[in-house]
Amino acid sequence: MEFQIIWFVLWGVLWAVYFMLDGFVLGAGMLHRYLGTTDGERRVIINTFGPVWDGNEVWLITAGGATFAAFPTTYALMFSYLYTALLLLLFALIVRGVCFEFRGKLESDRWKNAWDTAIMVSSFLPALLFGVAFGNIFRGLPMDGAGYHGTFLSLLNPFGILTGVLFVLLFLVHGALYLSVKTTGELSRRAQVTANRFWPWLLAVAALFLVAAYPATRLYENYLAAPLLLAVPLLAVLSLIATRVFSAQGRALSAFAASCATVILVIATGVVGLFPNLIPSSIDPAHSLTIFNSSSSAYTLRIMTVVAFIFVPIVIAYKIWVYRVFRAPVTERDVIEDVQSY
Amino acid sequence: MDVVILSRLQFAITSMFHFIFVPLTLGLSILVAFMETRYVRTGNEVWLGMAKFWGKLFLINFALGVVTGITLEFQFGMNWAEYSRYVGDIFGAPLAIEATAAFFLESVFIGVWIFGWNKVSKTFHAVSIWIVAIATNLSALWILLANGWMQHPVGYVIRNGRAEMVDFLAMVTNPYGLLKFFHTVVSGYVVAAFFVLGISAWHLLRKNRPDFFLPSFRTGAVFGLASLFLVLVTGDFHAVEVAKTQPTKFAAMESVWETRRGAGMSLITIPDPANERNSVEALTIPSMLSYLAFHRADGEVKGLKDFRKDERPPVTPVFLSFRAMVAMGFFMTLLALLSVIVSFRGTVEKHTLLLRVLLYSIPVPYLANQLGWIVAEVGRQPWIVYGIMKTSDGVSRSISAGQVVGSLIGFTLLYGLLGFIDIFLLAKYARKGPDGDLASFIKPASKEA
Repeated sequence: MEFQIIWFVLWGVLWAVYFMLDGFVLGAGMLHRYLGTTDGERRVIINTFGPVWDGNEVWLITAGGATFAAFPTTYALMFSYLYTALLLLLFALIVRGVCFEFRGKLESDRWKNAWDTAIMVSSFLPALLFGVAFGNIFRGLPMDGAGYHGTFLSLLNPFGILTGVLFVLLFLVHGALYLSVKTTGELSRRAQVTANRFWPWLLAVAALFLVAAYPATRLYENYLAAPLLLAVPLLAVLSLIATRVFSAQGRALSAFAASCATVILVIATGVVGLFPNLIPSSIDPAHSLTIFNSSSSAYTLRIMTVVAFIFVPIVIAYKIWVYRVFRAPVTERDVIEDVQSY
Repeated sequence: MDVVILSRLQFAITSMFHFIFVPLTLGLSILVAFMETRYVRTGNEVWLGMAKFWGKLFLINFALGVVTGITLEFQFGMNWAEYSRYVGDIFGAPLAIEATAAFFLESVFIGVWIFGWNKVSKTFHAVSIWIVAIATNLSALWILLANGWMQHPVGYVIRNGRAEMVDFLAMVTNPYGLLKFFHTVVSGYVVAAFFVLGISAWHLLRKNRPDFFLPSFRTGAVFGLASLFLVLVTGDFHAVEVAKTQPTKFAAMESVWETRRGAGMSLITIPDPANERNSVEALTIPSMLSYLAFHRADGEVKGLKDFRKDERPPVTPVFLSFRAMVAMGFFMTLLALLSVIVSFRGTVEKHTLLLRVLLYSIPVPYLANQLGWIVAEVGRQPWIVYGIMKTSDGVSRSISAGQVVGSLIGFTLLYGLLGFIDIFLLAKYARKGPDGDLASFIKPASKEA
């Protein structure tokens, strides 16, 4: 039983880290066409996350793989129930990945323009779809002993869409702050202004989400049972406010760090509320998928715990090292000099 | 059409498309790492140019390999939910380990390699491409252990209505999975070798930069011949393992209907599945089949008639794919041998016929790889996990045929478009040769990018 709780925590951590890391790539991707006014600036934007985006996306693969290995029933039902939504997500992630590699391979404005549009769409779509999917998971899916009673369109309910918008705004601010740290001069300033411009909208939608979650979901049950847990959403709101305060003080790196904390805490807010469910049923609580009724055997969980405790720290160590190697902001001179850059 | 057929078709299309890019990644990463190491050790800039030129082609190919891999992970849950639920306890583990222990390494250090030319030391830059090469091959190990488990399930019990893992070590030392891993990765090396040989041949036929393409040619030739030798050896042991653990697949590969001791192998065989016999069997080598199956001339080869009709794989596609794959293997071995000989005699450029054949042989190992997968996966049918779960029982219950038709059309269009662009870019940069990159290495401000 302890292993199921360990894996629930790990499951939440994997998603939170994934959204923290890919969130700024998705955000920067959504903004790249708008913030980058010349080909040089657009290349700078892509190259700010060029060395790391692929490694960031692997957190998603790992979150998926961990769900499969630790909670196979949840993995099976979640992926088949959300078939169409995941398909769109998959198409967007596939397109986004090749965009970065292909864009610079032909010296043609039409070619680059087409890929720039593709980057924008294929960054926006995952942000929205992840939000819609998590909004619906928080809300619960219409499932019972007979299976799933929803459709792709039924995912687009008000709370699902609200969560989708929340994710889009969260990543827009996150990505803009990332770019303000990782670029220089006019581009960096524009990125910061953009972050500040989206921030009030993010605050408003986040507040709306916290209010709407009360009637729309059962997330607050855990918080009411153990009010100490309310520290998590409270810290989420505080770090969101800190983001804006640091930004106003011109402390770009601190603002971005606060934004990282915000993303982690937003995901944590949802995950804490879900426990011990992975996917609640909105029509029959007896058919909710919990960490107890959908997990792997104790033996498998034990093996996987050993694997995770060995490899995840190693992964984190070399990832930190890589972020340090590439910590300098990217300039137009860098991308022109480096023939291998995107 | 029903959801099972459509989902199988979709899995076949998406995994075969994925496997256009993977084998080249497996082999070319090693070759690029070798070239860069030569540069670091000798300081000879031709080797640096080679690492950059072949590295650029490597990256164009790599991008599609990575993104099409996510599809496969998602698809187990999307289309094969009953399968995932039933076997996730044991099958999910290698997939999760692959992501944590291999895929992270590969994708983090590929970033270091692409963007780190001026950020890390020369030696560490070469180390980072070695890490990519090793991690890519480790990835293949975990994926093929997972596939090996579907072929020959070990280390599990059926409990609580599903297959539960009871012996992790048995799964990771499953001989079927390990043999499959070795055979598959060395087949990937052959793809890379023929890729390098074919493109080098194209340039050598045009007398373009022989100082650059002759060493490339030799590297490809030696690597190709060594890999082909390993392909044949591992293939032979793999076949023995198949005969032992998957008699229906082995019988279909060789179109054997009657169980026989000391079975011969007919070089010319035409299967007649409707009548459960072969309509033609000629040029028979006595006892050969028993020897191939058991490394013993008197081994008993099981015939398909020993098995229930509904537990036999479709014979013709498995048989034809296997024969064609083996024929291609010998054809490529001959080509690689000739390439090594002319390379060490220093007469490569005189053999224009060989160069032309090599150019047009670039697709041959690709095709052989795909045929190998047809043997492996169609040959496993009707089982999704050999002997314990039928493919038709593994499909998701909540999806409709309409949904799968839609996703199948989507994948076909998207993959078709991306595959076309990728091959176009590969051809463009392969033709262009190394000059642009070398020039820009010497004069950093060059417009070449």
